[in-house]
Amino acid sequence: MKRKDLYALLGVVLAILLFSWLAGGKEYYLSLLVFVGINSLMTMGLSMLMGYAGQISLGHAAFFGIGAYSSGILTTKYFFHPVGAFMIGIFLSALIAFLVGKPTLRLKGHYMAVATLGFGEILFIVFNELSSLTGGPSGLSGIPPLMIFGHPLEGATYLYLVWAFVILLLVFSLNVINSRVGRALRALHGSELAAGAMGVDASRFKVQVFVLSAIYASTAGSLYAHFITFISPSSFSFMFSILLLMMVVVGGAETIWGALLGTLLLTLLPEYLRGLEDFEVLVYGAILMVVLLFMPQGILEGMRKMLGKNAGGRVGSP
Amino acid sequence: MRNPFPQMTFASQLIQFLFTGLTLGSIYALVALGFTMIYNATGIINLAQGEFVMLGGLTMVFFTGVLKIPLLIGFLLAVIAVTLVGALFERLAIHPLKNASLITLIMITLAGSILFRGIAMFLWGKDPYALPAFADSKPVQFLGATIQLQIFWVLAITLLVVFGSGFFFNRTLLGKAMTACAFNPLAAQLVGIRVRRMILFSFALSAAFGAIAGAIITPITLMEYDRGPLLTLKGFAAVVLGGLGSGVGSVVAGFIIGVLESLGAGLISSGYKDAIALMVLLLVLWVKPSGLFGSKEASELKKF
Amino acid sequence: MSRKFFFVILGISLLLFGSLPKDSWAEKEPYSIGAVFSVSGGASFLGDPERNTVKMIEEWVNGAGGIQGHPLKVIVEDTKSDESQAVLAVRKLLEKDKVIAIVGPSTTGESMAVVPIMEKAGTPLISCAAALSIVTPKDELDRILTAKIFEMPKKQNKWIFKTPQTDTSAVETIYDHMKKKGISRIAIITVTVGFGDFGRKELKRVAPAYGISIVADEVYGPKDSDMTAQLTKIKGTDAQAVVNWSVGPPQVIVTKNWKQLDMKIPLYQSHGFGSKRNIELAGGAAEGVLCPLSHLVVAEKIRADHPQKPIIMKYKTEYEKRFKTDVSTFGGYAWDALYLLVDALKAVGPHKAKIRNYLETQIKNWPGASGIFTLSPADHTGLKKDAFEMILVKNGDWAFAD
Repeated sequence: MKRKDLYALLGVVLAILLFSWLAGGKEYYLSLLVFVGINSLMTMGLSMLMGYAGQISLGHAAFFGIGAYSSGILTTKYFFHPVGAFMIGIFLSALIAFLVGKPTLRLKGHYMAVATLGFGEILFIVFNELSSLTGGPSGLSGIPPLMIFGHPLEGATYLYLVWAFVILLLVFSLNVINSRVGRALRALHGSELAAGAMGVDASRFKVQVFVLSAIYASTAGSLYAHFITFISPSSFSFMFSILLLMMVVVGGAETIWGALLGTLLLTLLPEYLRGLEDFEVLVYGAILMVVLLFMPQGILEGMRKMLGKNAGGRVGSP
Repeated sequence: MRNPFPQMTFASQLIQFLFTGLTLGSIYALVALGFTMIYNATGIINLAQGEFVMLGGLTMVFFTGVLKIPLLIGFLLAVIAVTLVGALFERLAIHPLKNASLITLIMITLAGSILFRGIAMFLWGKDPYALPAFADSKPVQFLGATIQLQIFWVLAITLLVVFGSGFFFNRTLLGKAMTACAFNPLAAQLVGIRVRRMILFSFALSAAFGAIAGAIITPITLMEYDRGPLLTLKGFAAVVLGGLGSGVGSVVAGFIIGVLESLGAGLISSGYKDAIALMVLLLVLWVKPSGLFGSKEASELKKF
Repeated sequence: MSRKFFFVILGISLLLFGSLPKDSWAEKEPYSIGAVFSVSGGASFLGDPERNTVKMIEEWVNGAGGIQGHPLKVIVEDTKSDESQAVLAVRKLLEKDKVIAIVGPSTTGESMAVVPIMEKAGTPLISCAAALSIVTPKDELDRILTAKIFEMPKKQNKWIFKTPQTDTSAVETIYDHMKKKGISRIAIITVTVGFGDFGRKELKRVAPAYGISIVADEVYGPKDSDMTAQLTKIKGTDAQAVVNWSVGPPQVIVTKNWKQLDMKIPLYQSHGFGSKRNIELAGGAAEGVLCPLSHLVVAEKIRADHPQKPIIMKYKTEYEKRFKTDVSTFGGYAWDALYLLVDALKAVGPHKAKIRNYLETQIKNWPGASGIFTLSPADHTGLKKDAFEMILVKNGDWAFAD
């Protein structure tokens, strides 16, 4: 892993420890950070898909939902152990990502975008309709909290759990990005033709990254289910998929750090706008537009420019 | 309480489904046509397209309902107003970003859609609004199906717009210039076409189409501030199904999706109706990746 | 360079977190009540009037000198109809604002998400959402839902109450009317979101007890533009009536579609129909529609000696004068929730456990906007089906159905 990534990683770990101390047991702040962590898991996967494999997914909330419902249904109705349910969620998401990904990733650009959108929407409808299994629109309640040695994980400990996953997957992602596979992906993004001439099998890698990002999303879903103990299809709609995309782009679609930054900002932004009541949607939309207009490559890149470094280039450039 | 059963034969039900499907399809077609125009000029997918429809409906409500302006003039005013909004949007949000990546531009249209929704919520609140039908009259009975007159207005105006734009793009100089920009902006510039101007027009026209759709559908379905996103989704699906860049494709696909939805609800399951239409879309794309009317070369050309 | 990067990230995060609104000074004087409503988003039809209502009441109470001198402070949080936001809002109210009790949320989904938090925090919650599942512990709810005969729960969540009539009561009112009219085969058409889904489940669960069979079960999405296809399908069955369960624009669209298709069988709406605006929007198509409505909506038509009369007349006139829009049944839920707490505060002061006990044991025949409440340990809703009247839309206005 590059040194600068290592420093940034340490920065994140320290930041988490610092905030959980500052939060002083206030569940409100802790919950916020948990949501940031859960969203980050998903945006990390999306960022790899977009920034490195140049593919887009407008239906990622579906995998989030598969993870959440697997954990939810199996632990409440069939009394599975949460870890078992979690693994099944991962397996299902990976399988579905593979089956859907193979034909879909052959499509180009907007075609693929709509295919993923359609897929996401179909799954949303399925969550709504399979009422006897998922509870339908009324949702699934009573999802048990996670336990370690008989003690339930909540508050600060849940925060650590979620962010442990984030750090873990972050390290994994950074290694992937800087590995042979990662370089191949970046080659793809530049030109599929050239990559092919060099012997890089485009479609295989694309599907692999898609499956990986689905696994990330499923993990996020399972963690979400056990945290909030009640899930309903409305959390897994295409609006949420698009919001995730927005987080990645606003932060900086070219790097994972950008995605994390965007996630942090866009998860916290609504909290700042809390007092505005009827104006909130308007202000939120206006802020997004202004940010994109002034920093079209994302905030991370925009900040780099402001701090006077050489702009451009993705993680991996000196 | 007795129900004069059966009230409808299967055949009349089919006809009813068909007309409903065509009505919905008209809206999707108009939205899809708007998408196509912007896409052809810029390669951008305008995720605020559905909001133009919403604004068209609500501004017409304002003109005819609040200012009490007669229907036809109110209709024209509403379309003009939303067209201006579209043009303004292009100038303020798209034009400055000429060198940004495509995905950023698409995200800006998304941010725009949120902004429009916020403005609509501020101006009109969250309540739905209604418009009177364009002509007061009893529904028409046709082979056992009951068709309200407004549906014919919707179909007629849609077809007018579709053929009008076909004529515009193929026969007039301005239209041909816009098409030229889509294929090769550099070459177009070399022959003296003002590409920037064409992009502005494409947004304005697209907004106009959306507004027309909104105005004609509101008498049937009401309109409220957040009707946009679902229409955007379906319109986008139609554009891709028809083949990106093909105007004919978008319109046909829009009608197909509308009819599929209606038949799906009526014959199979109302819960899965959207899923059925989307499944068909996915299957078509997996078999023919460039859409029904799209060409393979055109799809490769468009850089994402 | 890499170290700068690290500091930048740390710095931004610190800045962001540091600038979130800080704790306010713990104030002893005012009585703080939290209000968690879906003021924006898909359920704003609920949250908007609820928010308006609590703000109006707050002014009245403080204008009259507060609660034994203590000002009433109602802190409203908008959840944007999202469960995660509801969770955050409740946590903020409990920890930062240190509220004594919370009214809301507006929807069943959001309420379900916050119930465990309120139970754990030992703080009274008076929800403005209708589902039985909010106040009933899961195992008890499962028990009655799978029971052979239709029954109501006997155990309730300790700290959770709700003011809306259970959807069951609305369904029962409709079925009573149908029985009177000799209707036994019906079609139902519902929206695929919480309110509609719970109505659908209750319609199906209660039907056998009234000898009613459901011959068609159709659904539609909350932003769908047209339900003609579903109604056409119903028209081809031998249903003697159709019941629609939704709130917002779909109610009106279904009404218009029903009229356009000339369906010849009566249309029953849910209690969500209770706003004159719906009649206007339907443009005449609503003539003959039947729905169970609370007395609030038809306040002028209620007889003068009814215990609710003064309350609902005052609420209706003041609300319509102030907000220039129809009073709504949903706002009434918030009215009752807040006034229940105000009465409890007057009686026992700002103590969570005492308030809870007061609510559970001292509220008997308490006239409110939504009905006459009688709470008990087995019933944290307090309303029975007599809170509803069967209403017919006649000449663009409400009339008692016969």
